[in-house]
Amino acid sequence: MSAAGGQEAAVVTGIGVIAPNGTGTGAYWRAVLAGQPGIAPIRRFDASSYPVRLAGEVTGFAPEQHVPGRLIAQTDRMTHFALAATDWALADAGAADLAGFDDFDVSAITANSSGGFEYGQRELANLWTKGSRTVSAYQSIAWFYAASTGQISIRHGLRGPCGVVATEQASGIDATAQARRVVRSGTRLVVTGGTDASLCPWGFITQLPTGRLSQSDDPARAYLPFDAAAGGFIPGEGGAMFVVESETSALARGVETIYGEIAGYGATFDPPPGSARPAGLRRAIDIALDDARVAARDVDVVFADAMGVPELDAAEARTLTEVFGPRAVPVAVPKTMTGRLYAGGASLDIATALLSLRDGVIPPAVNITSPVAGYELDLILDSPRPEPLRTALVVSRGYGGFNAALVLRRARP
Amino acid sequence: MTRRTVITGIGTVAPGEPGTKAFWDMITRGQTATRTISFFDPAQFRSQMAAECDFDPLTAGLTPQEARRMDRAVQLAVVAAREAIADSGLVYEDGDPHRTGVSIGSACGCTMGLEQEYRVVSNGGRDWVVDASYAVPHLYGYHVPSTLTCEVAWAAGAEGPAALISTGCTSGIDAIGHARQVLQEGGADVIIAGASDAPISPISVACFDAIKATSPMNDDPEHASRPFDISRQGFVLGEGAAVLVLEELEHARRRGAHVYAEIAGYGARANATHMTGLKPDGREMSVAIDTAMAEARIGPDSVGYINAHGSGTKQNDVHETNAFKRSLGQHAYRIPVSSIKSMVGHSLGAIGAIEVAACALAIETSVVPPTANLHDGDPQCDLDYVPLEAREQRVDSALCVGSGFGGFQSAMLLTRTGARSS
Repeated sequence: MSAAGGQEAAVVTGIGVIAPNGTGTGAYWRAVLAGQPGIAPIRRFDASSYPVRLAGEVTGFAPEQHVPGRLIAQTDRMTHFALAATDWALADAGAADLAGFDDFDVSAITANSSGGFEYGQRELANLWTKGSRTVSAYQSIAWFYAASTGQISIRHGLRGPCGVVATEQASGIDATAQARRVVRSGTRLVVTGGTDASLCPWGFITQLPTGRLSQSDDPARAYLPFDAAAGGFIPGEGGAMFVVESETSALARGVETIYGEIAGYGATFDPPPGSARPAGLRRAIDIALDDARVAARDVDVVFADAMGVPELDAAEARTLTEVFGPRAVPVAVPKTMTGRLYAGGASLDIATALLSLRDGVIPPAVNITSPVAGYELDLILDSPRPEPLRTALVVSRGYGGFNAALVLRRARP
Repeated sequence: MTRRTVITGIGTVAPGEPGTKAFWDMITRGQTATRTISFFDPAQFRSQMAAECDFDPLTAGLTPQEARRMDRAVQLAVVAAREAIADSGLVYEDGDPHRTGVSIGSACGCTMGLEQEYRVVSNGGRDWVVDASYAVPHLYGYHVPSTLTCEVAWAAGAEGPAALISTGCTSGIDAIGHARQVLQEGGADVIIAGASDAPISPISVACFDAIKATSPMNDDPEHASRPFDISRQGFVLGEGAAVLVLEELEHARRRGAHVYAEIAGYGARANATHMTGLKPDGREMSVAIDTAMAEARIGPDSVGYINAHGSGTKQNDVHETNAFKRSLGQHAYRIPVSSIKSMVGHSLGAIGAIEVAACALAIETSVVPPTANLHDGDPQCDLDYVPLEAREQRVDSALCVGSGFGGFQSAMLLTRTGARSS
């Protein structure tokens, strides 16, 4: 594949997933194709007094099996996820030890949304009940938004241009695009993606005032994007990390798998609330398609943002039918199985899209039973749909008005 | 041809009085804004000082509703953005919203608002399962730092690419560097870029106490931030925001805008060594500086001023002194180097943007701001740190560096427009 505009192509050569319905890429992908959801009543704390009581919790992950003990104590759960998923992504890319890479030729750029909330809640409680001297010496480096990038950089000796992009649910796409930018500027390999873990009581209740969370107690009926019964979304934790590499570098070291190329990217911001001007999602998609030099008809599958809030679902559906035509492209919503993962959300969608491209199969959106007919979307509902796939579009909206779109193109076999 | 990035507007809310002019007047007088913390009773803390902004949201032009909904960091950012846009002469109605982007840096987002609301819902920290019924309507806006970008975008009428960059204490430089990359690629013609942090709250103070990063010289707060001085004992926490209007050069020329300086080069590296510690050799910062100089096509002989990270910790000041020597060789001894943190403290992610603004103003006004409180230099820090008094001196290019938790090292080169061939 040749890069657009004569620029170096950025390809994904490794994936690591930690999701509510599967820890490890293989387990996650099997669960997705089998339609096994990970949404359940919250177990990490007693949520019975809250109006929202379900979440997509990661249950199959024991940090002590994947993260050195010292680091477990010094970092938040979001970073435990990030460190483990990075190890898996690098191993998957055949670059576990980064042999042959100069340390300035490798970097980390993570997506973040709200920092290490659980660590932060614990230390806030210490401060306000026991005094300032009981606050952990690691609080300053555990909760902040750059924690995972810093720890990944140190653990793997990544000295190239590192970064952190925090645009809520859009950050997974924005960080991946930044990784592509850095690769195009000459860095050979970038660890990117994002993980989220804000399911402590304090991190959980801060999400409630948006009014976008579902208050249903039925895990199978709580998060139904594009469905006539849509009533909000379920938050989740986890995400995905991947290895983005210059194609030249990947080919030169003879990698086993190139999942696909990061072929196009667009980002826009919505007009202020109350403005009559149109929202920016359409422009983000158009810019991404142009950037990838593909036409709408060339897109084989769209991974939707799927907020699960009726007016936002309607807006996204309208945008997709404007770009692609009514029912003209398959729309995948695997996040009905995980909930929305914020910094991990678009990151996981990118990973899922790459696995779909690899295997030629579109994952199902379980639980949606009554799609709104007027949306005119070709939703893949109960079971996976095998289909030869070459180009996927992932779209995401971050709270407040961020729109991001990413075009992924399958590597030639 | 490469698209070039220039600064056409500057807005600043720094410790002391708000506004770019007040900020520049204060630091070029060598006056410090560090004082005993007034926001809360600091008696239980090891470090009880901060550089606080004398900022009132309503006086600064925010409505009561904006003041209520915005965390202090957001207030500072929006006020700085409005000043920058007014300064640039860009008229909201004439701009192309789709070609206008936003890139804001912040190390700790809405931390003051979060701590305040946490105390309420947790009943003073006593309840782990906090009480959701006390959650205020704008609480999610505190939960995510991206609110800073949203509010600046709304204030600017920007609908182009928008980002929140959060790389700890290099966030400000990195947000401006990110904006420059987007402008270069052609993703926008104008980007409102800068950074804001308002971390003067008990949890932040406790955090830095716990690792002894901040100065305990509580009986002399005005002179507690002492970069490069042998008696330095850590940084003094600060707050503030600086926002720049960045514009593609031809776009600025077409509308006859005043150009302060060009962002001619940017480099970022990580030391991959320790989340908070630094090796003395300055290797990674030096590589970042080399990258910025190469992008700007400027050699060590042409660097006219260095705005140092100069936090005043024992490790930092030696680390960066050695980085300057690695990159600039003998020229390092000739170039004036100063740390404005001696006067405005260390406002974490925001300070990088404030320091880039200071570099642009040094080029604009031909004045190099001093390093205050530097009486007795550390023998390991043997460069010209412009002690105590500003210097009138023509500056055609200024280097701004930052270093932060996570191991991040960033460098940016500003040049007088026209001082460099394209």
